[in-house]
Amino acid sequence: MLRKVRQILALVFFLCITLLFLDFTGTIHSWLGWMAKIQFMPALFAVNTAILVFLFLLTLIFGRVYCSVICPLGVMQDVISRFSGMRKKNRFTYSPALFYLRYIVLAIFIAAFFLGAGSVVALLSPYSSYGRIASNLLTPIWQAGNNILAYFAERAESYAFYSTEVWIKSLPTFVIAIVTFIAIFILAWRNGRTYCNTICPVGTILGCISRFSFFRIEIDRDKCKNCRLCARQCKSSCIDIKNHNIDYTRCVTCMNCLDSCKYDAIHYVSRFRKNKVNDVKTISHAEADNSRRAFLATAAMITAGSALKAQEMKVDGGLAEIIDKKVPHRNTHILPPGALNKNSFAKKCTGCQLCVSVCPNQVLRPSTDLMRLMQPEMSYEKGYCRPECTKCSEVCPTGAINLISLADKASTQIGHAVFIMENCVAVKDKVECGNCARHCPSAAIKMISIDKEDKNAPRIPSVNVERCIGCGACENLCPSRPFSTIYVEGHERHRMI
Amino acid sequence: MEKKNINRRDFIKIVGISTATVSGLFYGCGKGKSDENTSSDPTSPVPVDKMTYRTSDRGDKVSLLGYGCMRWPTLPSPAGDGNVIDQDAVNELIDYAMAHGVNYYDTSPVYVQGWSEKSTGIALKRHPRDKFYVATKLSNFSNYTRENSIKMYKRSFEELQVDYIDYYLLHSIGNGGMKTFRARYIDNGMLDYLIEERKAGRIRNLGFSFHGTQDVFDEVLAMHDKVHWDFVQIQLNYVDWRHASGRNVNAEYLYAELEKRNIQAIIMEPLLGGRLSNVPQHIVDRFKQQRPSDSVASWAFRFAGTWDKVLTVLSGMTYMEHLQDNIRTYSPLIHLTDEDKEFLEETAQLIKKYPTVPCNDCKYCMPCPYGIDIPAILVHYNKCVNEGNVPKSSKDENYDKARRAYLIGYDRSVPKLRQASHCIGCKQCIEHCPQDINIPRELHRIDSFVESLKQNKL
Repeated sequence: MLRKVRQILALVFFLCITLLFLDFTGTIHSWLGWMAKIQFMPALFAVNTAILVFLFLLTLIFGRVYCSVICPLGVMQDVISRFSGMRKKNRFTYSPALFYLRYIVLAIFIAAFFLGAGSVVALLSPYSSYGRIASNLLTPIWQAGNNILAYFAERAESYAFYSTEVWIKSLPTFVIAIVTFIAIFILAWRNGRTYCNTICPVGTILGCISRFSFFRIEIDRDKCKNCRLCARQCKSSCIDIKNHNIDYTRCVTCMNCLDSCKYDAIHYVSRFRKNKVNDVKTISHAEADNSRRAFLATAAMITAGSALKAQEMKVDGGLAEIIDKKVPHRNTHILPPGALNKNSFAKKCTGCQLCVSVCPNQVLRPSTDLMRLMQPEMSYEKGYCRPECTKCSEVCPTGAINLISLADKASTQIGHAVFIMENCVAVKDKVECGNCARHCPSAAIKMISIDKEDKNAPRIPSVNVERCIGCGACENLCPSRPFSTIYVEGHERHRMI
Repeated sequence: MEKKNINRRDFIKIVGISTATVSGLFYGCGKGKSDENTSSDPTSPVPVDKMTYRTSDRGDKVSLLGYGCMRWPTLPSPAGDGNVIDQDAVNELIDYAMAHGVNYYDTSPVYVQGWSEKSTGIALKRHPRDKFYVATKLSNFSNYTRENSIKMYKRSFEELQVDYIDYYLLHSIGNGGMKTFRARYIDNGMLDYLIEERKAGRIRNLGFSFHGTQDVFDEVLAMHDKVHWDFVQIQLNYVDWRHASGRNVNAEYLYAELEKRNIQAIIMEPLLGGRLSNVPQHIVDRFKQQRPSDSVASWAFRFAGTWDKVLTVLSGMTYMEHLQDNIRTYSPLIHLTDEDKEFLEETAQLIKKYPTVPCNDCKYCMPCPYGIDIPAILVHYNKCVNEGNVPKSSKDENYDKARRAYLIGYDRSVPKLRQASHCIGCKQCIEHCPQDINIPRELHRIDSFVESLKQNKL
């Protein structure tokens, strides 16, 4: 029964959090955004005391249910492990804790946290790891499925679906996501929760608390026949039947052992109620099978539609070719409005990719810079930071990007435009343009004659950096390719103008 | 065969009798309709031998429906030789047209990215040369020199695989005024050259196609005594008859001038690039109330064909269904009555109330050097105007629905990089537009409309 409850809750959390990453329309966030905010790492980075206290109490009362229900990476491992278990049953055995490895990783994590080494933190945080996997590996499949629906919707004259662009936003992050996924997949396939109990810093921290948890799994020594069935079901390899001991720092309270015992010798009880027998109903095999089937169906639905067709609109041959824009060299990277300043952002961001996933304008992408690896930054080759959008600030669970209103965003200077004369089409092609000035939302660009004397000479932009907010409309809409004639240089500290 | 026909006729009779009473109740004026409706009835087969023909001054028996080769179906990606046209589809369309009596084919060296002549030539080559008339043009828009113009003229023979051209046109005169006309045809001696070619028999009929201001039309027409224009191609439809857009001249005037001089007219844009078929719903209803089984387009074709001095009416038919519908309309042509003409004039006034951009999707403005898909942007805008999806303010009743339809449809019909926001206003397109649309201004207007939709600040 308890196992069933855990499984259902875990699946709900897992699917909902995954949806947060998949939903590029950003509508689900208003309903489910809290699910990202109650994750341990984001709460820690946001210094969200209420949630941290809640998680500590939760663990102190029930044990590490966080790891088996709330943490999407943990649930993902359970899912993988379950598939593995279908091939080979009873495959776990007890193994002693890798004490040093756990605490060394934790020490590295704490050091990185205080030193502000965002890339190390992002690499170790389980929520960020899952975010990377979801946004890099699942999102493209989801979007492809959406695009297929959009393809048919278009033919049916329906506006229910619209197609989105699928692209790799940062190769290093993509590679890291794949490597993380493969590593965790192998660990989970072979040994269940090895990652959670050796590498994951959250697992280690919560383990210290769950050692003293009020409710916990206990073995009734009188009833136990030392058959080891429970230990063979234990993904955390924490049941030591020889000594009838359970390593509570590693137990994730998955309740699998409860159902495995044929002698009613293992229970989830209060630590102070010694060996009181509770009625624990066993789940019939038929039921287990059903739930497995249900899970398979959902998994199949998510992965369905890998045939990628009609991704981008076919180009009529009568159209001039458009060269892709290249990323200009920026001395200071650009951070989204609400990030306030470079250093505080780097310290607070866990690199979970949620903002990258929801950015509807293809502006945010994970950084490739070693110190800020996987943390988001902005660039305007595919779009610009549009005035009606504050999605990234709405979804950020850590407060690295603070919630910002549209009005505040319109007056927050995140960078300023820089003009490079040689690239301007007014100079190169001798044509009239002014597209930057026409689209500047803060009217910071005026067109001026290139020649003081000649009023009819080609006109070039004159940028008033005091008014410029760095949204990148000018850079994105500049006809000069591959390098725009006007580009945005980031500001280390954002200011209100 | 004979037996089958009788059966079919019997069948129609039976259906006709059983429906006549019912339809009589619904449509008050059913007089004389049953025999007229046979060809336009979409359930009957497309007639093979009922096409209306007009005889030219030189005795050519030309089908009233002419095939415009400006809108051939294209391939998703060009074929091995670079041809963007779907040749199999063209062969099929031309075979079908030939089989149903269409014998006039109008192309140009610049149509469909320069591939139209070749594809049309390939398809026509499969038919006897004396069974079709082919028209092409001197489209020397960008390079006026004599060498280039003669090269273009000679190339048409190779591309079309013919040794004479039935109808040769000075392409789109009027754009750029008399100055451009003189530069293209007079100063380089091309007009004299072409008159010589006509004498030599390589050109059987010489004429011009016209878009633009009245002064050019008058002046070029005045050259008739010297040049003897065998025909003139004009834009004529029930909207342009009295409500020509921009600087364009009312077709009523153009036609009257030709009639005065006894010059035969070839009609282009009878349907305004489909704009007279894709009309708002209440206008569709108007047409259907008059003649329930006739297509909306058929009215426009009947209007264009109803004038006696019209030799043929060109239609750029991309789809088989359009070809079939037009063949029905002209097999045979049912002349418009005076009431019909009045009805169409009223309809034209209703259509004029809609703020559509007068773009006929001819693609002369393309390719835009900055990659903008100009016609796609304008066509999408017009579609939304007609469907009521261009809200005036956010307080409009259907604002949310219209906004979604406009924005999602926009991204679907035009890739982001080719949308109006990327138009820099270099104005290079303006001179190419035969409808005299101030393209950059329209694009910027549409762009700011889209911007206010996106920002929800309408």
